[in-house]
Amino acid sequence: MKRERAGEPSELDLLAMVCLAPSLLYVLVMFVYPFLYGIYVSLRPMKLDGFSLANYIAFFTDEYQYKTVGITFRLAVPNTLVVVAASLLFAYNMRRGVWLERTITTILVLPISLGVILLSQGILGFYGGKGWFNQILLGIGLLDEPLVLTHNFTGVMLSLFMQQFPFCFLMLLGYISGIDPSIENSARTLGANPWTVFRRVMLPLIAPGLAIAFALVFVMSFATFPSAILLGQPTGATRTIAIAAYAQAFEQFDMPYASAIAVIMGLFQLGALLVIILLRKRMVTAATMGVGKR
Amino acid sequence: MKDTIESLRFRLTKRFGTKTVLRDFALEIRGKQFVTFLGPSGCGKSTALNIIAGLIPATDGEVWIDGERIDGLPPEKRGFGMVFQNYALFPHMTVFGNIAFGLQLQRRPADEIRRRVREMLELVQLPGFEDRYPGQLSGGQQQRIAIARALVLHPRLMLLDEPLSNLDAKLRIEMRAEIKRIHANLGLTSIYVTHDQVEALSLSDWVVVMRDGVLIQAGPPQEIHDQPANVFVADFMGFRNFFPARITAIGREPAVEAAANGMTLCGRTRHRFAAGAAAVAAIRPDDVVIGGEEGRPNTFPGTVDIVEYLGREDEAIVRLESGARLWVRTEARVKPGEAVRITLAPDRVIFLPADEAGGTA
Repeated sequence: MKRERAGEPSELDLLAMVCLAPSLLYVLVMFVYPFLYGIYVSLRPMKLDGFSLANYIAFFTDEYQYKTVGITFRLAVPNTLVVVAASLLFAYNMRRGVWLERTITTILVLPISLGVILLSQGILGFYGGKGWFNQILLGIGLLDEPLVLTHNFTGVMLSLFMQQFPFCFLMLLGYISGIDPSIENSARTLGANPWTVFRRVMLPLIAPGLAIAFALVFVMSFATFPSAILLGQPTGATRTIAIAAYAQAFEQFDMPYASAIAVIMGLFQLGALLVIILLRKRMVTAATMGVGKR
Repeated sequence: MKDTIESLRFRLTKRFGTKTVLRDFALEIRGKQFVTFLGPSGCGKSTALNIIAGLIPATDGEVWIDGERIDGLPPEKRGFGMVFQNYALFPHMTVFGNIAFGLQLQRRPADEIRRRVREMLELVQLPGFEDRYPGQLSGGQQQRIAIARALVLHPRLMLLDEPLSNLDAKLRIEMRAEIKRIHANLGLTSIYVTHDQVEALSLSDWVVVMRDGVLIQAGPPQEIHDQPANVFVADFMGFRNFFPARITAIGREPAVEAAANGMTLCGRTRHRFAAGAAAVAAIRPDDVVIGGEEGRPNTFPGTVDIVEYLGREDEAIVRLESGARLWVRTEARVKPGEAVRITLAPDRVIFLPADEAGGTA
């Protein structure tokens, strides 16, 4: 990168600022202000005058509330692992194109366009006690009684997987197919079998993309709300932190407490992102992905 | 792995969907030869190389090395070295890691790996570069590392896929000499793919000219250069002037005489023309001389049309009285509009078959 101009004022600065202004304004009004306002509200509990950390203390001293953090992690971490692993498997094997690729991609991506509610209703119907899935397995004698796949942890996992897999798959497919094929070809001619090529050459090159996919899927899973309500047990096993915040806001009408929970949720998400970014920095030592690109 | 091979023999057909990229492309290459596949882009030369490497399967055909059929082997079992146009270095590994990669897979002892990597870096004249990353190297340096990475495994066959195409003109000439030097030192059997006739002529023992997946002409560089089999090869080899002609007289081999645009042209040919047969006369711009005495064979009057200054010499288009336009390369300075006499050196005029199907001769 050119560094010669660092430190000197550039003629472009003013123009750059003007061009930047609309998006800057948008971010300020739509994100920074509500975010800061949320923090401000969370620090002014309803029953007290002035600033106080009482809402935060309340959250972390009430088992019913703080265990939502654990529940959310138990949903988000396995879900993220499964989604990223499955996406990697599919995307890696489709990196050079496959037969009927367009059709397969369309089928895989369809769930994105349907929306969470329709998807959840579909899962309820299909995987429910009287749904096709159980009926078929009962019919062919594989099961004696129906599997309970909805209104529990599994139901939420299913729903999250179907929402996030297409998104993650597409992202990784774009990333992996962007890697110059002659890099893996050269590894093959140097004596590496396909597995060695994956492990020693491709995986390190995919790792940065994998980290980003991991981060995004994790953040989405951590904030899960509709799936946890529609397909889970919103008062028990899948009472995620988002449900806790919602309940405070719209059932208890305690907006400051709800804001505090939302801020806590945000902090956990940021923390996880930070960990992933730090790991990613350690993975990419060369940081020269552009080399050898056509 | 044995260091050299006695022979490589193949016959390849490749179709992508309905498009035939290689049509019974067959060849036998002897050990220690440096063979070039030469042709315009899309002629199938890279596809052939990739099939030999095992990176893509042939639709039909076979590849034999020393009596062993190898087209069923995966690329990692073939023991070939390959160099790619875009270097294809592993960006996440250092130069050492790149060159050591194949040796590590062979589980060589660490001190042997270190020694052989160092020797290779000396061979490609980049000693001490072990700890750099590919991103910190210039294109020419990256290509040297790619060559070293392939050579360190003592491949029994070296495959080079347009290795110089991504380099600038000056570097390309340097690297060409470098490749020549390495081949002279190691005597590795090599197949080199290029669309650049100068690279093909200067590097090879044997040049294979291809078009549309078909072998057009194969032979030593001098033969391809001086006796192209047809108009396509001639065009590729720098014959810029072509005239339709009709053979009028056949002299002692290989001399012939022909009528072209109302001129009588003397030249030579390696084809057996019948008197009266249609032919194409061809000559390089360098072989057209400004001057000559009137009435001598192959000397014609004309007018200079356009002059391009090329430094040491000029390139000019001369319009002959017959209406034909002729590219001329000359050190004699001429001006546009000037009346000149030009002479086509009779041993430099060649007659080629008029139909494109000149085929292999």
